[in-house]
Amino acid sequence: MAGLSERLQAGEQAFSIEDCRKDFPALSQEINGHPLAWLDSGASSQVPATVIDTIAEYQRHDHANVHRGVHTLSHRATEAYEGARDSIAGFVNARSRREVLFTSGTTAAINLVAQSFCRPRLREGDQILVTHLEHHSNIVPWQLVCDQTGADLVACPIRASGELELERMLELMDGSTKMIAVAHVSNALGTVLPLTEIIAEAQRRNIPVLVDGAQAVPHMQVDVQALGCDFYAFSGHKMFGPTGIGVLYGKEAVLDAMPPWQGGGDMILEVRFDGTTYNELPYKFEAGTPNISGAIGLGAAVEYLRSVGMDRVRHHEQQLLEYMVDRLSGIEGMRLIGTAGNKASLQSFMLDDIHPHDLGTILDSQGVAIRTGHHCAMPVMEYYGVPGTARASLALYNNRADVDRLADALVKAKEMFA
Amino acid sequence: MSTTFPEADDLRELYRELIIDHAKSPRHFGRIEEATHCAEGINPLCGDKLKLYFTVDEQDRICDARFEGSGCAISVASASLLTETVIGLETERALNFFAAMVNRLSGRPDEQPQNSEQVDEIDLGKLRALEGVKDYPSRVKCATLAWHALNSALRQNHKPATTE
Repeated sequence: MAGLSERLQAGEQAFSIEDCRKDFPALSQEINGHPLAWLDSGASSQVPATVIDTIAEYQRHDHANVHRGVHTLSHRATEAYEGARDSIAGFVNARSRREVLFTSGTTAAINLVAQSFCRPRLREGDQILVTHLEHHSNIVPWQLVCDQTGADLVACPIRASGELELERMLELMDGSTKMIAVAHVSNALGTVLPLTEIIAEAQRRNIPVLVDGAQAVPHMQVDVQALGCDFYAFSGHKMFGPTGIGVLYGKEAVLDAMPPWQGGGDMILEVRFDGTTYNELPYKFEAGTPNISGAIGLGAAVEYLRSVGMDRVRHHEQQLLEYMVDRLSGIEGMRLIGTAGNKASLQSFMLDDIHPHDLGTILDSQGVAIRTGHHCAMPVMEYYGVPGTARASLALYNNRADVDRLADALVKAKEMFA
Repeated sequence: MSTTFPEADDLRELYRELIIDHAKSPRHFGRIEEATHCAEGINPLCGDKLKLYFTVDEQDRICDARFEGSGCAISVASASLLTETVIGLETERALNFFAAMVNRLSGRPDEQPQNSEQVDEIDLGKLRALEGVKDYPSRVKCATLAWHALNSALRQNHKPATTE
């Protein structure tokens, strides 16, 4: 069976998105005697054959260090690495490839901004504004820089639905606010945040904004220019790429004014003991030999997503999410956590008083993989007064059968604990 | 319960009736205000958080044990069974139970007991109901959490016990 990319290349436009499933080898296995229903893409997505093959081909034939050698393999590796950067720049509509920095992931991207952008600017009494629904990786880096500078971290509250108290968020922006960091999509609740309103007010007040896009990029078209944010961070392994690679988008003028975060090779123009001059963007922020195969794999993942089309992905996932919410709501004892009007790709829930961890084990015995626990969002769990939740998260390869399997397995979990 | 699906038997090895019973109706649940020993157990992976309280008399005997907190069925049942087991035991004997539980559930002794013969001869009794976790590597920590907290409490460690 030809993969999606081949079908597209063959000019076959009328493919069903359901066919994408065949492009992901891991999905065709059995777990505990049942076909795998992978509903944990929010933690990490599976990888299409085209990404696996691209990485293998690179390792087999083209591997060398980048930006260094005059030999053929170094040239090939550099072309592939920089080609991936171009793909990604186009995918999120950056103005320039200089605005796309490779990092090890969203976490490293946010830490880079906290340390390089914020740390030199912050003074005692300054504030960094986040929201109550952030992932730990969009909380702790700011706490660290607050400890280093005496600045304060302020979190805008949320409502029971999982929506942000937007009016409060706008009120919290004042003269002391030096940075705003918000998720695009909440990893624990699925809420899509009102970025347009937040960024418009922030721009009016000249406050820089970082968006944590880890849970958005795999599920919807992201246009960093249209958003107008100063920084946008995301991870490869949640968008069908490998682990250990991610991206920090930053506005060129902002990145230009920032000092390097880490020093080393590749980020310099000239090193002398009486002073070193730094390389231009984006290399100023890519010290040391980068994750070349990871970047190339991420480039292949981006090409895959583009071949499917993000509008198609979004449409498919929205319909499937509605179906999943319906099916879950029909189970007696179900408590949905995260019921915002605008949600993407995932649903958190509790079933009766069964601990999420027990649910996870029982579902796994039936081949259904979900995430259980606090989802690295302990303040969200505290807000809802739960130790953790069960979370089913979708990607373009999921179908109604996966959702039906989830619902059936949950009914069986109820029997087990009856 | 009826076996309505094939893996019910396997799962029943993990979720035995005794486990479900103790998870739903934990024994000795609560706190001891005047505890002589107490410690917290935290499993950061799944958010299990238990606090164990003990009253140890002058003869070094545990005369009361209670726990509070929240966790999955396995960790709550394990804590509940722990309290039933250790009340009446001398602390050294209770610590041998800790070593025996960690050894037999994880297969990796991370606490060399002072007297391994005494540990080996321990009859776990109804604690054997927890042995089903051996087939579920990610759940071993749930079953041993309360025991780590017991170890911490009786040895008067002041840092919360974790399973990490």
